Amino acid sequence: MYKIAKENLPALFQLIAEDKELYVPVNNGGQVNFANWTESSQVDLDTLKSVKSPKDAFFPQSENLYTCYKDGKKIQIEPEELQNQNFVVFGMKACDVKGVEVLDKVFLVEPVDTFYAARRAHGTIVAMACHEPEETCFCKVFGIDCANPVADVATWMVEGELYWKALTEKGEALTAAVASLLTDADEAKVEEEKNAIHAIVEKLPYTNLSLEGWNGDVLSEKFDSPVWEELYKPCLACGTCTFVCPTCQCYDIKDYDTGHGIKRYRCWDSCMYSDFTMMAHGNNRTSQLQRFRQRFMHKLVYFPANNDGMYSCVGCGRCVEKCPSSLNIVKVIKAFEKQGGDQ
Amino acid sequence: MQELITRAKELLENGTVARVLGWKAGDLPYNPEPAYFTNAEELKDFVYNGFCGANLSKYMIEASKLEGKTLVCLKPCDTYSFNQLLKEHRVDREKAYIVGVGCKGKLNIEKVKSFGIKGIESVFGAEMTDNADTLTFQTIYGEKTCSYAEAMLERCHVCKGKEHVIYDELIGESKDTKDAERFAEVEKIEAMSPEEKFAFFQKELSKCIRCNACRNVCPACSCRKCVFDSTKFDSAQKANVDSFEEKMFHIIRAFHVAGRCTDCGECSRVCPQGIPLHLFNRKFIKDINELYGEFQAGADAETKGPLTNFTFDDAEPSIVANR
Repeated sequence: MYKIAKENLPALFQLIAEDKELYVPVNNGGQVNFANWTESSQVDLDTLKSVKSPKDAFFPQSENLYTCYKDGKKIQIEPEELQNQNFVVFGMKACDVKGVEVLDKVFLVEPVDTFYAARRAHGTIVAMACHEPEETCFCKVFGIDCANPVADVATWMVEGELYWKALTEKGEALTAAVASLLTDADEAKVEEEKNAIHAIVEKLPYTNLSLEGWNGDVLSEKFDSPVWEELYKPCLACGTCTFVCPTCQCYDIKDYDTGHGIKRYRCWDSCMYSDFTMMAHGNNRTSQLQRFRQRFMHKLVYFPANNDGMYSCVGCGRCVEKCPSSLNIVKVIKAFEKQGGDQ
Repeated sequence: MQELITRAKELLENGTVARVLGWKAGDLPYNPEPAYFTNAEELKDFVYNGFCGANLSKYMIEASKLEGKTLVCLKPCDTYSFNQLLKEHRVDREKAYIVGVGCKGKLNIEKVKSFGIKGIESVFGAEMTDNADTLTFQTIYGEKTCSYAEAMLERCHVCKGKEHVIYDELIGESKDTKDAERFAEVEKIEAMSPEEKFAFFQKELSKCIRCNACRNVCPACSCRKCVFDSTKFDSAQKANVDSFEEKMFHIIRAFHVAGRCTDCGECSRVCPQGIPLHLFNRKFIKDINELYGEFQAGADAETKGPLTNFTFDDAEPSIVANR
């Protein structure tokens, strides 16, 4: 275990950024999101959650796949280069790291998504323990320990010092690269911090949320439930929940007309949108009830059915904070619990 | 709130209305959601407090298609939106039983959190019956307080007034919350150089994630099919392919609602990235006031809007261009 004083973090970022891209939580106009670090970045490690999850680092909201253009009578096709530079994402939380594990299940199974795989291969994650979890957090429900992030490097901010522990080979390599700024430390302070975090987690209102009855085998029962008919009504059909979510992985592929060719790009899609998965014959979900149901069925039933019981929610609580109508996955789970109790 | 529930029960029981559109208590002290209630049992969950910021008038587009009347709770500013929707034939007056509810300013939980208040377990001072100027929060990290006024939504600081412009009956008292000039922020931007203006909007709009929350919540955005949802249109809804597009979405939307936007402030309330979207609309409102005379969209359901009505006194395009 090593440590570095908080005031030396700019030097640490400088050193990392010398030969790698570095993503850190940055305050831009009052909102904290992960962004490329520059000397003038207003780094914010105190805000618990970035508005958007850091999944952009591996799965950007929009990325070009290839470009076509006319060259005389021929059409030239230029594939987009894959990520070939090493980069570091600093300050991800345990839930966000688990979110990447969910994305791995989608993009790293055959057929492997080469764009995503290249980013995963070149990215090193430095995660931070959650010093002060908030009332919208429920990661414990999904077996995540926010005091013990599992990443390439785990860090803890305690009393103005960042404690640093490499957990993987990539983490060891990054540690060696910044060794000149780190000093040896014992784990006593970190153990204290972990205990303090665990004590707070026990007090959070959603910590004991029960997922009983949600698994890959309850498809028809949950799908056909009348509960959805009441639940979806306040939904505005916007994509906020999907776009702030660390695990939502659906995307669309579109062509951008450059005037003398096209750029084929992919961008995040949202199951809340009316043209989601629209095909030549039309749309297979024609009502907002169906679209609303899809999101939660995917996270709590379809995903576990296909991935050995793993849910595709990590309890980060961003949807809880950001839904314009105050709907969210917790309310959905509770509504079914209530219905179960009535029967 | 109790008076509201009692009256709602009465109107449901005597058959005047088939359902009630209001807010349902959330599972945190500050997250009530818009909801329908059809009987006394369901009304147990009805809530109306400082966190009921959602403007329910747009839900009346769908509710107008339902059998029977819907009792809808509208705050003074929400009634402007309802009038405007009525003018545009998007809601049916006969299908609405409007209860004008009192308002003493609605709260912005993001604002509260920006004061460092987190781990919230309970809130005191947000009920309609509370008269304290201070909000008190019990949190996991101890008791915290903040001023009610400072925690209000931006729109409440420039409140249009305590009057409901359309209603069937009124329940509850309202309070004056206006403590800022409506166009002060717009004037600040007008005073900027073109470069500063560009930098300001670039900074704000580059935060946009194209979630469409602003559009979907907007009572003036009531097109059945939005041009940004059309698969036949190059600029479909899902991503900002370049910096041009991220600006175009918001500018096109502002143009489209110009003269119809009542300045209800929902766009800024729901933006997950805190973009002050209302500034675009307010600039249009200010310009319309200056070019065509004072006009408040939704003040009534009949008057033709300045941009949809021709008179010989209209401002000439050249005058507009020369400004």
